[in-house]
Amino acid sequence: MPQPGPHPSPRPSASPATPSPDSEGASRSPDVGGHWGEFGGRFVPEALIAALEELDKAHAKALEDPEFHAEFDRLLREYGNLPSPLYRADRLSEGTGVEIWLKREDLNHTGAHKVRNVLGQALLTKRMGKTRVIAETGAGQHGVATATAATYLGLDCTVYMGEEDTRRQALNVARMRLLGAEVIPVTTGSRTLKDAMNEALREWVATVDHTHYLIGSVGGPHPFPKLVRDYCRGIGDEARAQMLERTGRLPDVVAACVGGGSNAMGAFTAFLDDEGVGLYGFEAGGEGYDTGRHAATITAGEVGVLHGARTYVLQDEDGQTIESHSISAGLDYPGVGPEHAHLAATGRAVYEPVTDAEAMAALERLARTEGIVCAIESAHAVAGALRLAPDLAPGSVVLVNLSGRGDKDMGTVVDYFGFADTNGKGTAQ
Amino acid sequence: MKSADAFAKTRAEGRAALIAYLSGGFPSLADSIKAIDILIDNGADAIEIGLPYSDPVMDGPAVQRSAGRALAAGFRTRHLFEIVEAVAGRVPILSMTYWNLVERYGVDAFARDFASAGGAGLITPDLIPDEAEAWMAASDAHDLDRVFLVAPSSTEERIASTVAACRGFVYAQSVMGVTGARAATSAVAPALVERTRAHTDLPIGVGLGVRDGEQAAEIASYGDAVIVGSAVVSCYLEADDVPSGHQRLAELTADLAAGVRR
Repeated sequence: MPQPGPHPSPRPSASPATPSPDSEGASRSPDVGGHWGEFGGRFVPEALIAALEELDKAHAKALEDPEFHAEFDRLLREYGNLPSPLYRADRLSEGTGVEIWLKREDLNHTGAHKVRNVLGQALLTKRMGKTRVIAETGAGQHGVATATAATYLGLDCTVYMGEEDTRRQALNVARMRLLGAEVIPVTTGSRTLKDAMNEALREWVATVDHTHYLIGSVGGPHPFPKLVRDYCRGIGDEARAQMLERTGRLPDVVAACVGGGSNAMGAFTAFLDDEGVGLYGFEAGGEGYDTGRHAATITAGEVGVLHGARTYVLQDEDGQTIESHSISAGLDYPGVGPEHAHLAATGRAVYEPVTDAEAMAALERLARTEGIVCAIESAHAVAGALRLAPDLAPGSVVLVNLSGRGDKDMGTVVDYFGFADTNGKGTAQ
Repeated sequence: MKSADAFAKTRAEGRAALIAYLSGGFPSLADSIKAIDILIDNGADAIEIGLPYSDPVMDGPAVQRSAGRALAAGFRTRHLFEIVEAVAGRVPILSMTYWNLVERYGVDAFARDFASAGGAGLITPDLIPDEAEAWMAASDAHDLDRVFLVAPSSTEERIASTVAACRGFVYAQSVMGVTGARAATSAVAPALVERTRAHTDLPIGVGLGVRDGEQAAEIASYGDAVIVGSAVVSCYLEADDVPSGHQRLAELTADLAAGVRR
């Protein structure tokens, strides 16, 4: 991976923020069974319940253990390249009437916010005395991050990836294998992310005594949605402190993309009790909401049970899961984390679809104005913020979580903008 | 006809029950009805109809493939009730179903329609009693059996609370893993059955991995029912055509039925 350039803003002096029980308000805690309102819970085979209980206890204990925090902080700082900078994107903001600030998670080791989750869970795996992690991956980003954390901390690693995705993302398969992970192509169902998750769950039932399922988002059975959020919430905790330090105020809006929703929960959590801060999640609108080819789970889905939790699901009349579509593999999932479902149902956060075309236009605009090539996932958040701007009071401060960098997406970018054509001018289709 | 009727009969005969699983709508809607008749004709004491689901995380390759084929051929939830109606009356007919399909249909409506078709009850592999409030109410209202699972990893507390929620029988998942026929049956199964028995007088069915009459006989020595699934659907997956699948199924069922009578 190319090294990130000089940091565009002074790095804050604070340590990377890790979860702390003191900072957790009641409004963001699920009940003992992992429910936020009607969402969440545990819809899994009884065989997994003991492991989920063990995980819940181990996580709760870790959160109260200063040694865990010290080690997690050290890993995030020395290895993860955190805390990530907060950057005022003046050129991107030109003509929008608002001030857009970017939380630069794209500069993290492995290229996205995901390094926070994998380091947290890998540390927890070791504390539980387990020696192996398994993970599901769509585009391969979570797989690469998991393989990285596993190899760094001395854990065996197996990654399940839909066969279709292993072909589309051959470079990430190579990265995982270079890092020492075993990659297993999944040939069942639609051979994509949801099927990789099914296969990881099946494998976990059989190996749960020595294996931790290092889930990649804020979905799945309790305690995963809470646990992954707790490891990702440093995004918002850092950004909130950085914003106060730099401007003496809180943002008016926090914007993030939502697939499963780990980066968005990570960005939102610190601001949940700040009533004046609007929270916006941007889902993958794909080819357009009315085409049916999208992954706008909250906008278009209905309440159901998928992969262990009750949440919004893209499903047919009978409850069979419907295939999602997005130009961004990381958002291409027919479910969403249950806490997002709850935030949507209660109105605390607003979720809107952003189409493939809007996202790609924002990706290009960010590249041309700021010289930053972000992930297509993150471009959905940028596009959402740009679309929101005219409706905000002039001078409003908009914090966008730039969750990942775009190196992995160059193949898609080449196809979309026609860059393979030697006369290609980079004009969107 | 409820599960208890089958167990009253098998207990009177001093043997374990044979419970056979088949994915609904596989190999086709009509042939799944025919297959159930074959199962009953050859000695199955109760039937589990699997409701095909797009994301069956508890199932191994054989059941996944059979369910996938049924869905591809247009299987709908309402077809389950048609099958139940066609086969009910001779032995108890249960359905094994992932929870989203029931919730989507409406828990009470599903229970009502399943009961009025003549069904005995539901086995719910991804619904634990902790999440089952609506199902407890609906199964009471429509007098249906509710079969939850216990597993080798279940604590004593969880076994106790799970069997307390069950009606009809208890499903003991005999191996840590997904469904699928295995060369050797589980060494942990007898211990799980013994632990479960300490908490309930309900019959205990043992499932996951049974392939032939010999294994059925082994499980019948400690369990109250032998549950066979993947081996049943494999009769059709491995056959050249449906008639030879029916033939294989008749032979397998006879072998299994002899096993539980040894």
